[in-house]
Amino acid sequence: MRDVSIFGIGQTEVGEHWDKSLRHLAGEAVLAAMRDAGIDRADALYVGNMLSGELNGQEHLGALIADFVGLRGVEAVKVEAACGSGAAAVRMGYLAVASGLLDVVIVVGVEKMTDQKNDVTTAGLAMAADAEYEVINGISFVSLNALLMQRYMHEYGVRHEDFAGFPINAHKNAATNPYAMFRKPISLETFKRARMVAAPINLMDSSPVADGAAAVVLAPSDMARRFRSAPVRIIGSANATDALAVHDRQDPLFLSAAALSAQKAYHQARITPADVDFFELHDAFSITAALSLEAAGFAERGRGVYLAKDGEITLEGRIPICTLGGLKARGHPVGATGVYQIVEATLQLRHLAGPNQVKNARIGMTQNIGGSGATVITHILAAEG
Amino acid sequence: MAIPQNWRLQHQRYRLTGEVCHTCGAKLFPPRDVCPECAKPAYEPFQFAGKGEVYSFTVLSDAPAGYEAYEPYPVALVKLQEGPLVTAQLTDVDPQDVHIGMPVEMVTRKLTEEGEDGLIVYGYKFRPVLKAAANG
Repeated sequence: MRDVSIFGIGQTEVGEHWDKSLRHLAGEAVLAAMRDAGIDRADALYVGNMLSGELNGQEHLGALIADFVGLRGVEAVKVEAACGSGAAAVRMGYLAVASGLLDVVIVVGVEKMTDQKNDVTTAGLAMAADAEYEVINGISFVSLNALLMQRYMHEYGVRHEDFAGFPINAHKNAATNPYAMFRKPISLETFKRARMVAAPINLMDSSPVADGAAAVVLAPSDMARRFRSAPVRIIGSANATDALAVHDRQDPLFLSAAALSAQKAYHQARITPADVDFFELHDAFSITAALSLEAAGFAERGRGVYLAKDGEITLEGRIPICTLGGLKARGHPVGATGVYQIVEATLQLRHLAGPNQVKNARIGMTQNIGGSGATVITHILAAEG
Repeated sequence: MAIPQNWRLQHQRYRLTGEVCHTCGAKLFPPRDVCPECAKPAYEPFQFAGKGEVYSFTVLSDAPAGYEAYEPYPVALVKLQEGPLVTAQLTDVDPQDVHIGMPVEMVTRKLTEEGEDGLIVYGYKFRPVLKAAANG
């Protein structure tokens, strides 16, 4: 098996892009990544996307986007794992390059969500859950996470405002990220006053629906001379699954797929959580951030929320998370998110994260979650040289 | 959901029929082909009593398409007496009165209307156990 590195990154601003279609967003990110790597061709294009069929009336994204960016002829296919589609596509690219079958693979995550009315988007997102036993009962994706948060607060005696540190940190970091959707800090008061969406989840607990695309160029680490950018090595890559429905999990408050994929990635990278300098986790909701920190080994069960409360997740803290805004404030164009996380981790490890730079960052971890925890993809990246 | 898809689920929706694992005795809802506890085949139907308690709950005010007319409505994870968790709406209750641990029982209610024809989909919801029933 060959070592794989990231040689190029590209991203669009996250937001409501009324003037750009899905293919334009994807194209912008792919072309930026190709420019960054200094390449004009590739062996394959993998597209991470969840809802193009439902929201844009468009499937078959592999061929569509490959042709659109001037790669007509290459192998191209869409990869889908709900909100985990982006990192699942990166994982497929990693497998292809590591196996020796392909050399240069471009992975793009793209989602175009704001063309539809809210109820249509909400129904689309619910497709990540079990159609026959969850969705038919009128649940939304937010409400599934609200069920987890309510139980978490009950079981561990946590107050709602104890979660405020997650969105406050995310918004603070997004304020200085030119690609972020919400470049504005929020206060504890903003959090407390926010409109309730599905109790106890309020608007400030929730990541926004958005449009965006991000892309990476992957190639064997020993081909560094063919590219012009500073490579970042993928030293761990893992995908693990759990029951699709929350009610089918052995213990709904433990994200076992997150734990399993983190353990596999740690094992491959030969590191422990203590070696991780920053963690781009999947803060779709503030409860998800707490559960992810626990599953990935940064906090005991029921204690993840206190890392936010005690300031350990800030850029200067013990384990910085969402260093460029996370899902909450950079924005969550679902199928693109996993690739944004890897683009941002690469910026940190190239030491090009500007005011958001984590000092002396050498090892970064990303974790992208599909659905309410059924598919979880973890990557561990390391600066080279 | 298409009409055949709804029709296939009639036993689960109307009677809460699940399965019991032959090998380890685990009670399963929804039914499935392989027991998640012992990984052996599970095909034997099992009739759940429809009693349980609220494990967690929330109230929806941003409903998905097809459910807006019912906003706001409470949704819960219900822990059935026989073991499994079920995702379902709560009914016949003021959302303010719902609490974790509240005893509930299954009832059959309208879930939604689908498509241009307005097909009515019925299924299980859970309501607070009635006092008289609880005593009896």
